[in-house]
Amino acid sequence: MSSRFKSSSFWNMVWARFKKDRLALACLGLIFALFFIALFAPLLANNKPILMRYQGKIYLPALINHRQFATTDFKTMARGLKPPDFALFPPIPYSPTEYDLMAVLNPPDASHWLGTDDRGRDVLARMVWGARVSLSVGFVAVGIYVLIGVILGALAGFYGGAVDVLLSRLIEVMICFPTFFLIITIIAFLPPSIYNIMIAIGFTGWTGVARLIRGEFLKIRQREYVEAAKALGAGDLKIIFRHILPNALAPTLVIATFGVADAILIESALSFLGFGVPPPTASWGDILSQSRSYINFAWWLASFPGAAIFLTVTIYNLVGEGFRDAIDPRLKSI
Amino acid sequence: MRGYLLRRLLLMLPTLLGITLVTFIIIQLAPGSPAELKIRASQQAALGEQYTKEVIEQTKKLYGLDKPLHIRYLIWLKQVATLNFGESYKDHRPVIKIILERIPVSLQLSITSIFLVYLFSVPLGVFSAVKQGSASDRLLTLILFILYSLPNFWVAMMLILFLGGGQFFHWFPVYGLNSEAAAGFGFWKFLADRLWHLALPVACLTYGGIAFISRQQRAAMLEVIRQDYIRTARAKGLPEKMVVFKHAMRNSLIPIVTLAAALFPAILGGSVIIESIFSIPGMGKLGFDAILARDYPVIMGDATISAFLTLLGILVADLTYTLVDPRISFGARK
Repeated sequence: MSSRFKSSSFWNMVWARFKKDRLALACLGLIFALFFIALFAPLLANNKPILMRYQGKIYLPALINHRQFATTDFKTMARGLKPPDFALFPPIPYSPTEYDLMAVLNPPDASHWLGTDDRGRDVLARMVWGARVSLSVGFVAVGIYVLIGVILGALAGFYGGAVDVLLSRLIEVMICFPTFFLIITIIAFLPPSIYNIMIAIGFTGWTGVARLIRGEFLKIRQREYVEAAKALGAGDLKIIFRHILPNALAPTLVIATFGVADAILIESALSFLGFGVPPPTASWGDILSQSRSYINFAWWLASFPGAAIFLTVTIYNLVGEGFRDAIDPRLKSI
Repeated sequence: MRGYLLRRLLLMLPTLLGITLVTFIIIQLAPGSPAELKIRASQQAALGEQYTKEVIEQTKKLYGLDKPLHIRYLIWLKQVATLNFGESYKDHRPVIKIILERIPVSLQLSITSIFLVYLFSVPLGVFSAVKQGSASDRLLTLILFILYSLPNFWVAMMLILFLGGGQFFHWFPVYGLNSEAAAGFGFWKFLADRLWHLALPVACLTYGGIAFISRQQRAAMLEVIRQDYIRTARAKGLPEKMVVFKHAMRNSLIPIVTLAAALFPAILGGSVIIESIFSIPGMGKLGFDAILARDYPVIMGDATISAFLTLLGILVADLTYTLVDPRISFGARK
């Protein structure tokens, strides 16, 4: 398997060029930071302590569901703890679904850094957990359409002829699709779930990848090494996946990075319109859509989640530009 | 030319067929038929299971929902061939009539936006390219990049919050197309009132396009400036203004004009959200409301006409190619 990436000098070269673009490098770091936040959301925003000593025993309630605490309100309990017992809460001591009807629509203050929504839920806690939705939708949706695009593009580019004509027509039809309307239609008619959103974006977004891969295949299939592979008796599948595809993938990385930004935008737009992940799951677009009812005063509900979407999209786009310039400056047109 | 036009119009047919077929299948296969929805809405479920089932069957028959899927599609196609899109389930008005009322509204939005996009983008791109590498070029590039990543529904919310009578200024209306008293206005006052109402939604639909087209214009301009004939123009002592505007800019416009084809579907798609936020009765809001109400004939009509308008927009953009570049003539192409 590893011999497949023997041409790693190409990727080393790309990485060396990418590293020179400090802004893109910083943004790549920010993307990792975002993934870190999403991954460790239970330890960052939770109403259960990360670490707790209770009656001489150590517990990790944020990570493990201890059965004896199933109905415990840890905050009340923590107030009653006497040393050496203690409870260490996450930096944001609220869960994304924790109601507090005494603190409805509070502007940002010391206890709720980014304010609360119309059910008294902490906006920051919901945003931290919402990062999970945005990032996973972005990744999985793009994963789906890269897969579809690569397969169809490879078939069209490799076989040419009738296959190519047919697939190219299909791509042309798909490009003219009013994509967003189609996605709303799909989502509105299916039961609300994050997987349906991923699939809908995945099945409508593959044309760009397919066109690119087709073009690369058309170019590469005439190279000598492909001919050599054929002469050695390699099958079609082997030629496609071992000899051509690895050499055609680099530009796909660029499209995919921009694609993640787009998918995050589409997901938040869907949530904003009320077609997103079902409640009470938090997502950025969903908080933003709540703000529509209180737009007269609740500036924090509109500003912060929107800024999160915007910044995430921006850093993905900047990383995409960095990849593009590092891989092939001629790709500027994507 | 006429042959080309005819061929392009004929090529639209399979595309339209594809779009309508996919939309049809999605909405028909999805759970929750309008018949059931209607019954639940009228709360006759209280009358007992058997009766409800009977009513559902009757309603299905009334709307032709009792026939198999492919027959329904063919029936729908047959109707559409005579421009009959059926009647809305909601108010039983002919769909074509409803859509014809909405088209001018959406066209006002999208044509104004596209006009403004080009009005701003071309000078910005040319300026940026001529001053390549300067501080103002870099600042402009940064601003355009930020605009490109801003989600338009968030921008809409922020504009409402800050300029539309949230906590801050109340400079613009955020609802509808006209003031309530507009029917009694004279022409100029009516026009001013309409423009005042369109300001925020058009701004939301425009800024993304400006960011996109300006970047492309800058790239196109840089490409042209490197050409030999620009050096020749400079060498023979033409004033810089003449070189930039007459020799370089005109040629850089060729790829930019066709980009309108990409802009048009984006703006039509974006109008779904923007029209909903600003309660503008255009095609986007019509489609959105119809999806919510499971109004099949309206959804199909809206999708078909939107797709047709998109294809028409792409065709017009391709035809303008011949206007800006006399070397290209479609008539001669095989």
